[in-house]
Amino acid sequence: MSAVAEHDDHHDHHDDHDHGPAKGLLRWVITTNHKDIGTLYLLFALAMFFVGGSMAMVIRAELFEPGLQFVDPAFFNSMTTMHALVMVFGAVMPAFVGLANWQIPLMIGAADMALPRMNNMSFWMLVAGVLLLASTLFMEGGAPNGGWTLYPPLVLQPITVGKALPFAIFSVHLLGISSIMGAINIIATILNMRAPAMRLMDMPLFVWTWLITAFLLIAVMPVFAGAVTMLLTDKFFHTSFFNAAGGGDPVLYEHIFWFFGHPEVYIMILPTFGVASTIIPVFARKPLFGYASMVWATASIAFLSFIVWAHHMFTVGMPIAGELYFMYATMIIAVPTGVKVFNWTATMWKGAMTFETPMLFSIAFVVLFTMGGFTGLMMSIAPSDFQYHDTYFIVAHFHYTLVPASIFILMAAGYFWLPKWTGHMYNEKIGQLHFWLSVISVNILFFPQHFLGLAGMPRRIPDYAIQFADWNMISSIGGFIFGASQLLFLYIVYDTIKGGTGEKVTDEVWEDASKHGLEWTLPSPVPYHTWTTPPSAVPTEHVLDTH
Amino acid sequence: MSEELSKKHTKLVRILVFVAVAMFGFGYALVPIYDVLCEWKWIERDRPDDIKQVSEATYKIDLDREITVEFITTLNESTPMEFHPEVKQLKVHPGEYHTVNFYAENKANKVMVSRAIASFSPALTSSYFEKTQCFCFSEQTFQPKEIKIMPMRFVINPDLPVSYKTITLSYTFFDNTDKSVNK
Repeated sequence: MSAVAEHDDHHDHHDDHDHGPAKGLLRWVITTNHKDIGTLYLLFALAMFFVGGSMAMVIRAELFEPGLQFVDPAFFNSMTTMHALVMVFGAVMPAFVGLANWQIPLMIGAADMALPRMNNMSFWMLVAGVLLLASTLFMEGGAPNGGWTLYPPLVLQPITVGKALPFAIFSVHLLGISSIMGAINIIATILNMRAPAMRLMDMPLFVWTWLITAFLLIAVMPVFAGAVTMLLTDKFFHTSFFNAAGGGDPVLYEHIFWFFGHPEVYIMILPTFGVASTIIPVFARKPLFGYASMVWATASIAFLSFIVWAHHMFTVGMPIAGELYFMYATMIIAVPTGVKVFNWTATMWKGAMTFETPMLFSIAFVVLFTMGGFTGLMMSIAPSDFQYHDTYFIVAHFHYTLVPASIFILMAAGYFWLPKWTGHMYNEKIGQLHFWLSVISVNILFFPQHFLGLAGMPRRIPDYAIQFADWNMISSIGGFIFGASQLLFLYIVYDTIKGGTGEKVTDEVWEDASKHGLEWTLPSPVPYHTWTTPPSAVPTEHVLDTH
Repeated sequence: MSEELSKKHTKLVRILVFVAVAMFGFGYALVPIYDVLCEWKWIERDRPDDIKQVSEATYKIDLDREITVEFITTLNESTPMEFHPEVKQLKVHPGEYHTVNFYAENKANKVMVSRAIASFSPALTSSYFEKTQCFCFSEQTFQPKEIKIMPMRFVINPDLPVSYKTITLSYTFFDNTDKSVNK
């Protein structure tokens, strides 16, 4: 690459740029290459998706019929708690960090992430954090089973935690530090390392959404770390932050937790929006509709996420003024979110659409995420929420916003970029089969949970009243099909890395993709080092008006 | 990496690390902020410390209304005590004074300091439930195996909105022996 010639007279580490990866397994331990680290993040997230998924299978197996069949209630509650923690902190968040590592430098014309060594460290801290969390499964008293929200006083009682609580808390600390380091790296990369030709409002939406997400991470992960530290000192050092007898208040924990928790759910959905805004224009063969409004909508959603937290706790006994404020503030979020949904629809409107697997997953995302959004709107109405609170209606809502939204878009991203990364085409037939099995089974799995919740079935219970039997069985059947279908994805990823269909993919991979993003102007597979000289021009079609 | 870029990174990372550390501090700052906000008049919320003694006022007894007052007692975790009200339920007229005795026994062979924390359901009734005498105003010290009969004298303010027919008052006894300064 051209950069080497200019550096010939320097004997610094820049000369390494033309070397390939280090040999052997140690490559993966010591690597500072953004593509290697991206791969590590993505594979780790995929592994955790199956670990968390197995826990979900235990939950659905136990709920297949009323009564206690397979596991004892404490273990069941460990499963619900661990399923959530593993999926949130082990699967979805790392998967998006993996995509960010791979794609952000390619999309903005940077040679690597801004702080490559810190990048390596944040990945391995994530692994340490998740292993620490997983180790609690083998401890006396079992893994944490008071719910992923770790509410006191329940989580502080010996019967709930055994010896696991401090391990779970230190795990949260590690995961938090890892995400904050990742976020700092992403912000530094985006702000300092863009190709000179790329202004902020030229950036692809995926880069925009990640920039905003990274700020959310820096703002709220430390608050969560603080909250769990208070739990730790309450348990072991006789403080009384949440202990009513010592003048504390357990409700305070809920406020602090959800001050973190609500932005956290947007940390999982904003990059999803970014990927959807990247994929849909390519297969609609049109520029993204309303680029600037997409950016502003993302920023507005991020801002609103800080001021609506108490809608997770309407039933806690808030004053009426609080209920009203949080109710109206929450409803406002529907406006920027609606802007996004309409923009995606408008992007597809009169487009020359084709329906390859990534597009299918993206369309399913737009439809099913909107359903999840509507149930969210129902729950934002405080008086109605008293009925929905802590029922399967809530479970159905947030699974609709996470599984057919974040997870589907992660799948779409896999199908969309794997050919670029590996230089091999995935098997489209199996991809489509995976999509149709997933989209049908995910609805069999989660749609009946709306009915269960409205009928009053509570969350986090291993056994239930007999009238809930039918829908639970249907939901479990959907769950088993959905779980099994994901093995197809595992096969496709393996197969594509190994050579896929054997078809040689072009640099663009998808028709006219190079109009939509810089990454498609690079060779396929992407070389180990890219953009050692920044690109001189950047595609700006996404910024142009449609007509 | 050029020197200039490296400087830009350092500056930005410093700012971002500062923000992260400041937000960790903000998490702790929420504790006093929460206390202050809960004091605001328009946030009608009772906290354990607010349940103070009120001096006995004379109200006009509202014989047309009858409120059911229920008493529930709980022991936190494994507090080694026996604790229950002498009556589980009372029907009272707003404005009328009543005294209910609570039975408490220290089952352990050691001195114990415990504190009863009240909770009302529906929560908004708490400001109409006025106590002139209560064991819950302060920590209670129990000698080994000591039995106490503890009175609670209360009146329901006749301003209580008519929609409330039942008030449930729950007391939880917390073992504060390790944390108390009075032991």
